[in-house]
Amino acid sequence: MDIKPILATLGRHKFTVFLLIAQIALTCAIVCNAIFLISQRLERMAIPSYIAEHELVYLQLAFIGARPDAMARTEADLAGLREVQGVKSAMIIDHLPMSGSSSNSSLWLDPAQQMETMDATQYFGENLLSTLGVQLEAGRAFNPEEYRDLDKIDKALQTGDMKEIPTSVLITRAVADRLWPGQNPLGKQVYIGRNFALTVVGVVKGLVRPNLLERGAQYSLIHPVRLSMSAGSYYVLRCDPKDRERVLKAALAKLNALDPNRIVLDSGTWDQMRYNFFRNDRAMAGILMGVCLALLVVTALGIVGLASFWVSQRNRSIGVRRALGATRGHILTYFQTENFLLTTFGIVLGMVLAYGINLFLIVHYELPRLPLTYLPVGAMLLWCLGQAAVLGPALRAAAVPPVVATRSV
Amino acid sequence: MFGYYLDMAVRSLRRNKVLTGLMVLAIAMGIGASMTTLTVLHVLSGDPLPGRSASLYYPQIDPRDMADYEPNVEPPDQVSWIDGMYLLHAKRATRQALMTGGMVPLQPAQSSIYPFHAMALYTSADFFPMFDVPFQYGNAWGSIEDDSKARVVVISAKLNDKLFGGQNSVGKTLRLQETAFRIIGVLGAWHPQPHFYQIYMGSYADDEDIFLPLSTSRDVRMDHAGNTDCWGNGGGDNNTLEHASCVWLQFWVQLDTPQQAAAYQDFLVHYSQEQHAAGRFLRPPNVRLRNVMQWLDYQQVVPSDTRLQVWLALGFLVVCLVNTVGLMLSKFMRRAGELGVRRALGASQRALFGQLLMESGVVGVVGGTLGLLLALFGLWLVRQQPTDYARLAHMDSSMLLTTFGLAVCASLLAGLLPAWRACRITPALQLKAN
Repeated sequence: MDIKPILATLGRHKFTVFLLIAQIALTCAIVCNAIFLISQRLERMAIPSYIAEHELVYLQLAFIGARPDAMARTEADLAGLREVQGVKSAMIIDHLPMSGSSSNSSLWLDPAQQMETMDATQYFGENLLSTLGVQLEAGRAFNPEEYRDLDKIDKALQTGDMKEIPTSVLITRAVADRLWPGQNPLGKQVYIGRNFALTVVGVVKGLVRPNLLERGAQYSLIHPVRLSMSAGSYYVLRCDPKDRERVLKAALAKLNALDPNRIVLDSGTWDQMRYNFFRNDRAMAGILMGVCLALLVVTALGIVGLASFWVSQRNRSIGVRRALGATRGHILTYFQTENFLLTTFGIVLGMVLAYGINLFLIVHYELPRLPLTYLPVGAMLLWCLGQAAVLGPALRAAAVPPVVATRSV
Repeated sequence: MFGYYLDMAVRSLRRNKVLTGLMVLAIAMGIGASMTTLTVLHVLSGDPLPGRSASLYYPQIDPRDMADYEPNVEPPDQVSWIDGMYLLHAKRATRQALMTGGMVPLQPAQSSIYPFHAMALYTSADFFPMFDVPFQYGNAWGSIEDDSKARVVVISAKLNDKLFGGQNSVGKTLRLQETAFRIIGVLGAWHPQPHFYQIYMGSYADDEDIFLPLSTSRDVRMDHAGNTDCWGNGGGDNNTLEHASCVWLQFWVQLDTPQQAAAYQDFLVHYSQEQHAAGRFLRPPNVRLRNVMQWLDYQQVVPSDTRLQVWLALGFLVVCLVNTVGLMLSKFMRRAGELGVRRALGASQRALFGQLLMESGVVGVVGGTLGLLLALFGLWLVRQQPTDYARLAHMDSSMLLTTFGLAVCASLLAGLLPAWRACRITPALQLKAN
């Protein structure tokens, strides 16, 4: 098929052609970036937690008044919770993965260095590995005698009594690779709060942070610290996925029976917590998807509108071509090729524009560079859209009978 | 003449229903999407205290040690107990208040209501006059109650409705964290958005139900919620926060004139130098004095997703407009013959231009109306989202007018070029071609 006559015809409608190309280019650029943004959100929502996600339920409670015997009461609570039928393991933890509130600290490899080496979240609580289902990759878990009580640590920080401050720590693989790339981290020392050296005794595969995932989703430390129930801490129970609802109900009843004078702040399964944690990302991905669809529909309708207009405008010349021997197929191909050319121009312009928009997003929203693979995908999408949109008007053009040529006006 | 042009425009538009429908739909979708996102942005970036916010300032000083020191970094977002108390008692501003938030266990007297956690603000006496907080019953506490750590409390209208059925509850007792407090005031309607004075419990969070003196909250050992940032050997333990090297309090001042603000800035620098000389502050003086809107801007309380959505919607509007220009152009050029005849019969270029613009104006008004409905639907969808600002997404009169203005301007703009091209055709050429 010779494209010269098509280009010549398009040249007579420069302004309309320019508008259509501009629309396709804008659509291509926005859709490419929107799909990229969607994929970023989906990637974030798929971050692995490295815990037994579907086997965990949590309860968050608060005392009404001060409790000097909080530690003993916590032990009694945990003993009671372990008696609940179906509970495999129970613990109290300061912050839950993906709960949105965290305690973070700076790590130094050398206490004399000016800037921190990295920043990591801290997890406290006995039986953390077995309850959350965190996998030990190297080294060992904490020995019972390594654990210290949190309130005693707080006092020791005031008095400077170093005996009550733990000296061992478990780190994630991600922290190990960041601090000592390519080396064996076991037995190495890392400084926290400058004055406190911690020895790495074990490495876990991973453990996601409670929030601030963008600072390194798996940058977590586990400390041998025993907790008592206080504001913000959670009881976590591990059980069979199908037992979760029942265990949660029984655990609430149990805790209420042990001490009715407290307030249940929150309770649920960890799956719900994860779902809620990503609700903004999910909503944003949905909005982006909706805008993409709307853009494609508007552009398709624009193509249909313009193509219909051109078909009716060229009714007579189509008739003449048909009378001179062009088949229906020829007419169909003519309009399809015309659309293909227009879409191609639009796509080429759109790619440049897509990179422009991406640069804007990099500067203002700290987004990574648009991968090249998005361009052929965007191009295919618009080619298909253009062909589908032009098919109707093109078929109508092909149906124009040759006799039109003989009619005046 | 307006009526005649309008009649002609409607006739012409009705002659080609599909094309007209496409143009109206494109404008409506573009306007609907843009106005939904712009309304959300407008609500979220609004002024929480119109008329007062320019004279309310948030002082920041830098009490940290030299660890991680870099020149020109921002000072911490909050103040420590020692600095906060010093600045509060220095009384260098017209008014000043120190505050932090927390959750307080509340034990209602009625056995029908279970104990629950209420959101509280621990603050000092100037808070109420400084932020112009309205009272329904009773009034606020004064500096005497602050100094004596009095067990007094001011409650919100919402809590008063819940516990006392909206009756005047002043003088009654409220049990908070196993301590009896006397209610001395009930607030009227007061919902500043964003929740500017305490953004650490959520920028668009619900208002507090409980207000009590900061000194009392420390005396009763009430938990503080929000951010606690420590350095050196500072631990965030609630019992020792007064002495710890941690920042966890927010401090607001009222400065009525620019001269006063400049003097206050000097005072902060002077205080920092003094502390530096005394060896308490290790960093060189580093102070900021932002007013409400500058503070909200610095804290980026408007979610970045909201801004991104506005850009996305505006991009969508541009595509819709380009689409409409294309369709309008083809519609006008199709009538080249008719326009040629009318030119030949003596219609001026200006008259034709006016008539064609009227046509795009009609498309704009219809598209705008439909776009407004779409925007209302879009805002309803936003309100169904589980975000803390969802309930704020309502259209106000200014955004309503903006919607219509935007729709008509956009479609007139879209009609401008096609109309100009269409009315410039040479009548003789068109007549000959026919």
